[in-house]
Amino acid sequence: MTAPLRKHALALVTLLALAAAPFLGFGDGFALGLLARAMILGMAAVSLSLLVGGAGLVSLGHAATMGIGAYAVVAFDAAGVSEGLIVFPAAIAAAAAYALVTGAVSLRTSGVHFIMITLAFGQMAFFTTSSFSSLGGDDGYTLYARTEWLGMRIMDNRLAFHFLCLGLLALVWVGGTLLLGSRFGRVLRAARENPQRALAVGFQPYPYRLVAYVMAGAVGGLAGALLANASEFVSPALLSWTRSGELLFMVILGGVGQIGGAILGALAIVLLEESLSHLLVYWRLVFGPLLVLSVLFLPDGLIGAPPRLRAAFRFASPKRRNADA
Amino acid sequence: MSMLLVQALNGLQFGVLLFLVAAGLSLVFGVMDLINLAHGVQYMLGAYVAATLGVWTGSFWLGALLSLPVALLVGLALEWLVFRHLYRRDHLSQVLATFGVILTVDEATRALWGSAPQTVLEPSGLTGGPMGGVEIVAGLIYPTYRLVIIGIGIVVPLLLWFLVERTRAGMLVRAGATHPAMVSALGVDIRRLFTVVFAFGAMLAGFAGALASPIFPVAPGMGDTVLILCFVVIVIGGVGSIRGAFIAALLVGLLDSVGRAMLPDLLRLVLDPSSARQTGAALASMLVYIVMAAILFFRPAGLFPGGRAA
Repeated sequence: MTAPLRKHALALVTLLALAAAPFLGFGDGFALGLLARAMILGMAAVSLSLLVGGAGLVSLGHAATMGIGAYAVVAFDAAGVSEGLIVFPAAIAAAAAYALVTGAVSLRTSGVHFIMITLAFGQMAFFTTSSFSSLGGDDGYTLYARTEWLGMRIMDNRLAFHFLCLGLLALVWVGGTLLLGSRFGRVLRAARENPQRALAVGFQPYPYRLVAYVMAGAVGGLAGALLANASEFVSPALLSWTRSGELLFMVILGGVGQIGGAILGALAIVLLEESLSHLLVYWRLVFGPLLVLSVLFLPDGLIGAPPRLRAAFRFASPKRRNADA
Repeated sequence: MSMLLVQALNGLQFGVLLFLVAAGLSLVFGVMDLINLAHGVQYMLGAYVAATLGVWTGSFWLGALLSLPVALLVGLALEWLVFRHLYRRDHLSQVLATFGVILTVDEATRALWGSAPQTVLEPSGLTGGPMGGVEIVAGLIYPTYRLVIIGIGIVVPLLLWFLVERTRAGMLVRAGATHPAMVSALGVDIRRLFTVVFAFGAMLAGFAGALASPIFPVAPGMGDTVLILCFVVIVIGGVGSIRGAFIAALLVGLLDSVGRAMLPDLLRLVLDPSSARQTGAALASMLVYIVMAAILFFRPAGLFPGGRAA
């Protein structure tokens, strides 16, 4: 019992801290909005981490699923529909359908080619959204109202929205962790480590990967629908490839080994961006080098930092570093 | 008809610029197995330095020439500071670290030059003929400068081909691309080979930026769009293949330019004019990616698989 608890300690502490944040001086609108954004991006990052860490599939087009979820909300809004029981399932289904079609093609390739083909599909989605002139085209679209649930405007309440995001983030994290630990997840990991051997014991990686890809897409759609509600504004920039790069960065900065790391990565990036941009005009001059340094010196990500530090201080037994992996 | 010819020439010239950037990217990827997202930054710096030095010295050509050593030095510095530590890392780390470099250099450019597009001198000496152009077909005048770029785009690939296929350094580069361990076992300093290839690629990208500066707006982030298209080029052409990169660059340049000009008109046959214009513009932007996805689907290794299979 203590071993899994220790393994997930950092992610659990983060979720608890997020639950306590509104009561510890982060209750004003700005801070809560920021945390909501971080949690939503955290959901998308966790779903991407499922692909990168679990299945070894590095997608550089994951922002497209988020964008499709967000644009579903916007399209219903333009049609005068804002009932969550219609909008959210539709957003998730649209993103999952996109993932199914593009995944079916992309998963035939691997490695660098997979990165490039997911990027290509992401770019196609990006240019498609910028051609929706009735939804603002390049300029984007401002929502008339946030999504309602059975006619109630629950999401307008900041605190309710905060806990809704937190609950969904926790759900996505628990679901992802359970999924990776299941037989399905073991096949995914086996296929990542050694496709030939997985094939030899009778597992075709393709259908497993496709299902994982569609699930990640669905969660991306959910995150997108929430993000549209959080910012009440959607533009094609949400689907740009740099946004996909940012999501990948959250995953890596947090640590690829465990999907809980993606939550840490998302929080770290959003908060760092926000605080640096308040302090400095040209804040990316600090942010960029920090990202480079984190790649060079934190190969296991933030979630791998504590065991790494422990190992560094206890250099007598360097083997311990691998014990958690 | 003449409209199609102009678009085809524009496409060729854009393809040539893409090739100059993609060649370095492909060499670095083929020889060092390094995914360098920051290669577009070299293109942008080339354009900025050429524009600024051009205004200082009063000659566009002098500025463009001086941007070459600057691009080379920046390439060497970046290699020493960042990329050298990434050769042994996985592709993921490389994508991310070089993504950090993009953010940094884009921001530094914004801090040094501001966010507004730069003024660029006209390339002097090429304003011969009526309105600075050459009459290519009766009644059709095409800018001389753009023709010069196409010319450079024929000479540079030939030089590059000679360098890679016919010289000792080129032989080492080719060998290093397929069997790096073997080459270093033969006593070649593979580290230095990497550095030279990297800096050379950076210089080519900077040169492309300098050439592009009078045609495209010189503004922050200008390298990012070009970079993505260059990845498309090297993936379509086959990673590490210079010949593949050349053909794919021309293909992408032509598809992009001709598609932009023709698709809205074609769609007008089936759609009403305003939606034809919008759908056409979106489809034209997508065209390159659609072709790339199709090519990868049928030929995952690209059109001319060569070098290291990644």
